[in-house]
Amino acid sequence: MSCQRAQELIHGYVDGELELARSLEVEQHIHECDVCARTYRNQTALRSSLKHDSLYYSAPEKLKNRIQSSLRKESRSRVSQRAFGWRWLTVGASLAFMLLLGVAVWRFVPGSIRPSGDELLAQEVLSDHVRSLQMPGHLTDVLSSDQHTVKPWFDGKVDFAPPVKDFASQDFRLYGGRLGYLNNRPVAALIYQRRLHYINLFIWPAEQASSTDQVAIQRQGYNLIHWSGSGMNFWAISDLNGVELSEFAHLVQQGQ
Amino acid sequence: MQQRNKLATFEEAVLPHLGAAYNLARWLTRNDTDAEDIVQEAYLRAFKFFGGFHGADGRSWLLTIVRNTCYTWMQHNRSTELSIPLDDELHEFASKELNPEALFLQSADTQMVRRALEDLPVEFREVLVLRELEEMSYKEIASLTDLPLGTVMSRLARGRKRLLLALTNHMHAEVLT
Repeated sequence: MSCQRAQELIHGYVDGELELARSLEVEQHIHECDVCARTYRNQTALRSSLKHDSLYYSAPEKLKNRIQSSLRKESRSRVSQRAFGWRWLTVGASLAFMLLLGVAVWRFVPGSIRPSGDELLAQEVLSDHVRSLQMPGHLTDVLSSDQHTVKPWFDGKVDFAPPVKDFASQDFRLYGGRLGYLNNRPVAALIYQRRLHYINLFIWPAEQASSTDQVAIQRQGYNLIHWSGSGMNFWAISDLNGVELSEFAHLVQQGQ
Repeated sequence: MQQRNKLATFEEAVLPHLGAAYNLARWLTRNDTDAEDIVQEAYLRAFKFFGGFHGADGRSWLLTIVRNTCYTWMQHNRSTELSIPLDDELHEFASKELNPEALFLQSADTQMVRRALEDLPVEFREVLVLRELEEMSYKEIASLTDLPLGTVMSRLARGRKRLLLALTNHMHAEVLT
């Protein structure tokens, strides 16, 4: 075994994560090589210096009480919400009918949809977009109009390979990339530019393989379009007008 | 009634892992008060999603939520800490510099180790805390952090190199003064 290989495997060896045969090979090498033996001793010493109990932060006693009482409160409010709902239904048929009518109207009026997963996600997308433009230097982690620079940059930072394409010839210039965090997971954010407008395009793997059509919504003056396809979820957001953003979304969808 | 049962089951499965939850949050935020707030928030989230928990490993499940809560919090409050360096500048260090003598290292006191670990970038700090303090396997860490196994291994190796270097520097500085 070469020193280079041994140096690579030494952590797995110290952690007991190697297969038996590999483990024996490393052991053999350590016996024969002073440099690797020293690395091994240092790693073992480092590990034991991390084994002090005092490095483990123990939770303050009051935190447990605090959590328990907030859980009780949460649990109670759910129970009372349910009881409240039942009482409403027993008030009378007319009232129930009106309530149902109300729900029906509520559902048909655009823009007043019940808060759903998509609605929460739209809020997250919106705040990430606004934040990316608020702070200087926050818009991009990698600043490049070259798709061959931006795409590999995500390698090792997210566990998927986002499709990265420049649409400069259609006047949507690739501006850079950034790591984002949406829907409880790290996502890839690509930034495109048209005139003075920035577009944030968020991409992450979809749970379902099926494609969904583009859905356009508006929030606080921003246009948002989301869809899924090729196993990925896409959310585009910009202060660009709806027509041009839709043009962009179709380019991305076709470009995959 | 159902709610009360759910609460009891939840507390039984998840509350025993409060220590691990706080330890992780404290190491990620490096602040007592923030860690407490995050752990409380994470428990409320966990309670909401408890219906989706079917696994046997309550600790990993809770720690995943704690970690996500921490990252959301850091994005709002400390977004600079989350920018991952593009290159690994440590690749350039000669192996000799990273090979101090083990005996020397053993004289490092806990305070020094704590400070060196706290100074590591968060992506190295978290894998080291999960591996060394929570004693999780590579596989468990990979699924908790949603990272490929190879990335977990390389972050551990790089984190340890940085830690070793920092400790050596601290001790050299102490010897000289």
